[in-house]
Amino acid sequence: MLKKKRDFTVAEAEGGGIDPMSQFKIEPIAGVLEQGQVAFTNSSLWMLLTLAVIWVFMWGGMKRELVPGRWQLAVESVTGFIDNMVVSNIGPAGKKYVPYIFTIFIFILFANLMGLLPIGFTGVHPFTVTSHILVTGVMAVMSFAIVLAVGFWKHKLKFFTLFVPHGTPLPMVPLLFVIELVSFMVRPFSLALRLFIAMTAGHVLLKVFASFVISGINAGPEIGLLVSIPSFLLMLFVSALELLICAIQAYVFALLSALYINDAENLH
Amino acid sequence: MEVEAARLIGAGLAAIGAGAAAAGVGYIWGSFLQGALRNPEAADGEQARLYIGFAVTELLGLIAAVIGFILLFG
Repeated sequence: MLKKKRDFTVAEAEGGGIDPMSQFKIEPIAGVLEQGQVAFTNSSLWMLLTLAVIWVFMWGGMKRELVPGRWQLAVESVTGFIDNMVVSNIGPAGKKYVPYIFTIFIFILFANLMGLLPIGFTGVHPFTVTSHILVTGVMAVMSFAIVLAVGFWKHKLKFFTLFVPHGTPLPMVPLLFVIELVSFMVRPFSLALRLFIAMTAGHVLLKVFASFVISGINAGPEIGLLVSIPSFLLMLFVSALELLICAIQAYVFALLSALYINDAENLH
Repeated sequence: MEVEAARLIGAGLAAIGAGAAAAGVGYIWGSFLQGALRNPEAADGEQARLYIGFAVTELLGLIAAVIGFILLFG
């Protein structure tokens, strides 16, 4: 009975026949999507495409010309940006984490931007890899695993002093330990959730405005002018905002990963 | 039908959280701009902290959005 009601909700939210959630559906391209089966899905396809674009971007800028062209300058500014960010947050010891942070940053950035490509043919549309918590969750767990591994490798059991800030009065120590432990354990979830839901919400917003435009046109010329044109302009601005959000979310993920690794490396 | 109505009302109520987070994010950027206009030299060095504050505040609004999504589509 509950299932029936849910269908009704989804139909209500469709708004002119456009279901804003269907863009996140994972569809198998090769193989079957079942438990215990391996399938090549549209998510895998867009991950590979992202990899290909990153490859081309990096390959074009890594020719080490003496006088850098525009392409090399673009690549160097991205690498220099991440390098700066990591070193200023972790210190000189952070150099060895630059490859990891850079990989995470550039993968998220390109996956976000490619999911926003405004191309769509019947049934074929850009798929945002980072709009699934499974993908962002794996990346967050990787960051968290590095924090744990580095922390325990470098500081052994002294790593637990991370949970007790300096100068804490003795009666407060057990309470603060628990609070800091909880905030530490929540980190991978917040890291994954932030990226995943920012991408999901942005794409749903764009699709809802798109459905306003189409429903307005279908409703006749007067309503079309009144609804579709403002919606379209708003969609334009939201698209620009989404471009900014794509970059900010990639930066925030990289920055927070660097900060967490700093905790493990330097133990505040 | 009461359960259905309650779900939709709950999803609408969850949207309040997005508005509250909007106030928080606006406060962060506003404060940053205020400080940056008073001392533009120091502004660039504080950008990382600005984004950390933004990310932490924004997350709360996004969690509200998640609750809305769960109620509507879950």
